[in-house]
Amino acid sequence: MNETTDLLIIGAGPAGMAAALAAANSGQRIVVLDDNPLPGGQIWRDGPQASLPDTARRLREQLHACANIRCHAGTRVIACAAEKTLLVEDAERGWQISYERLILCTGARELLLPFPGWTLPGVTGAGGLQALIKGGLPVRGERLVIAGSGPLLLASAATAKHHGAHVLRIAEQASRARVVGFAAQLPRWPGKLVQSFSLFDGHYRTGTHVLEALGRERLEGVRLLQHGKIVELACDRLACGFGLIPNTQLGQALGCVMEDQRLVVDAWQATSRRDHYAAGECTGFGGSELALVEGAIAGHAAVGNSAAAQRLWPRRARWQGFAQALNKAFALDARLKTLARADTLVCRCEDVPYGELVGHGNWREAKLASRCGMGACQGRVCGAALEHLFGWTPPTPRPPFSPARIETLLGLEETPPT
Amino acid sequence: MPDLFLDGRPLSVANGTSVAAALALGADGCSRTSVSGQRRAPLCGMGICQECRVMIDGYRRLACQTVCRDGMQVQTRP
Repeated sequence: MNETTDLLIIGAGPAGMAAALAAANSGQRIVVLDDNPLPGGQIWRDGPQASLPDTARRLREQLHACANIRCHAGTRVIACAAEKTLLVEDAERGWQISYERLILCTGARELLLPFPGWTLPGVTGAGGLQALIKGGLPVRGERLVIAGSGPLLLASAATAKHHGAHVLRIAEQASRARVVGFAAQLPRWPGKLVQSFSLFDGHYRTGTHVLEALGRERLEGVRLLQHGKIVELACDRLACGFGLIPNTQLGQALGCVMEDQRLVVDAWQATSRRDHYAAGECTGFGGSELALVEGAIAGHAAVGNSAAAQRLWPRRARWQGFAQALNKAFALDARLKTLARADTLVCRCEDVPYGELVGHGNWREAKLASRCGMGACQGRVCGAALEHLFGWTPPTPRPPFSPARIETLLGLEETPPT
Repeated sequence: MPDLFLDGRPLSVANGTSVAAALALGADGCSRTSVSGQRRAPLCGMGICQECRVMIDGYRRLACQTVCRDGMQVQTRP
């Protein structure tokens, strides 16, 4: 049961939703895929403990109201089956989708860097903890430490506190001078200024980073380096993320040109490959406001409405300024590259320690010698970590892009509809 | 209020609860045992890291991207 569409959008976060809605007026057939159970992406993830902003609700309702937009939830891209045809899979079946034009809105993931104890149950990403709480994870009465870098730490802390957690410390690796410098620029984006006040927390410390997660079977405490002084805190959870990195795997596999770990796009959000566009965090981290406007530009451009796309350029420029200020302020301290010890696991799928990786010249050599990156996540976690630690470029992803069922892969043999 | 089974034990959760959350509501939060025998729990919460993979009704699924349903059999140990 294969499918054909005019416009295929991968990802139903802010960029993907905005792209679909912008393109919908054209009357073209639009298909939106997302691997989560509901649209909204990470920032607007719904769940029993989530409270969605009005913008998110409105976009979701509009999306469902458009007769020419079809949404496939819980669906992943497994492989490129043929020219402009992707093999996809949901919980029940695998099938192929052929498209005329594609918009990649694959978002970003957290940069997770290895440190001693990071594999203990109780340690999650910073955004990871927020996502888990929205899905119903109970944190009431738990002692939390949130660490890493970026505004996501404050957002995650706010969600945890709202659900009854005691946030003992928010450890931001960036220096006080950088964070203050960033905050001083916020009046340029008044909405962000208001948001930052609402998120502020007295347990926030700059110039502080994690050294080790402590515990035997599960997390029992955290050791931090706070302004040059070692601090230990007993806690039940550590949520640690070092900012966001673009999800570029599918774009790379489709042959789109990359630069600085992100997909390169022009003023129309078009990638280097004809009829293939990209918008939102996969083109560089910039937040939901930038993702929304980029998505809308891509949606208009993909259906040939250049005038509507061009009208949005000034708004995009305004949020690109915010993204630049953000990325500069929260650039990572070089000391974070030295947290792992020889026995600290770097590849969590194949349990490969740091000591087996250091000394290799590149990713391929290390992978062949150790199986690093050959597990279920296909190097999405350790590949990004090693790119940060050693400057190793991860290889172009090969199918299957995610673990898939044999029956789905057999679908590659079938000829797509013409 | 879906009723599911977590490693054979019955568990009732609120509508819309993810299997990842159910692991913590009904047990110690762990999802799998690593190749070297360590117990692991959900890490990224967004379908990337694969740490939360569990067996659900005989299929390998990501707990963080699966919503609890009535009668589900969730296994965290092989």
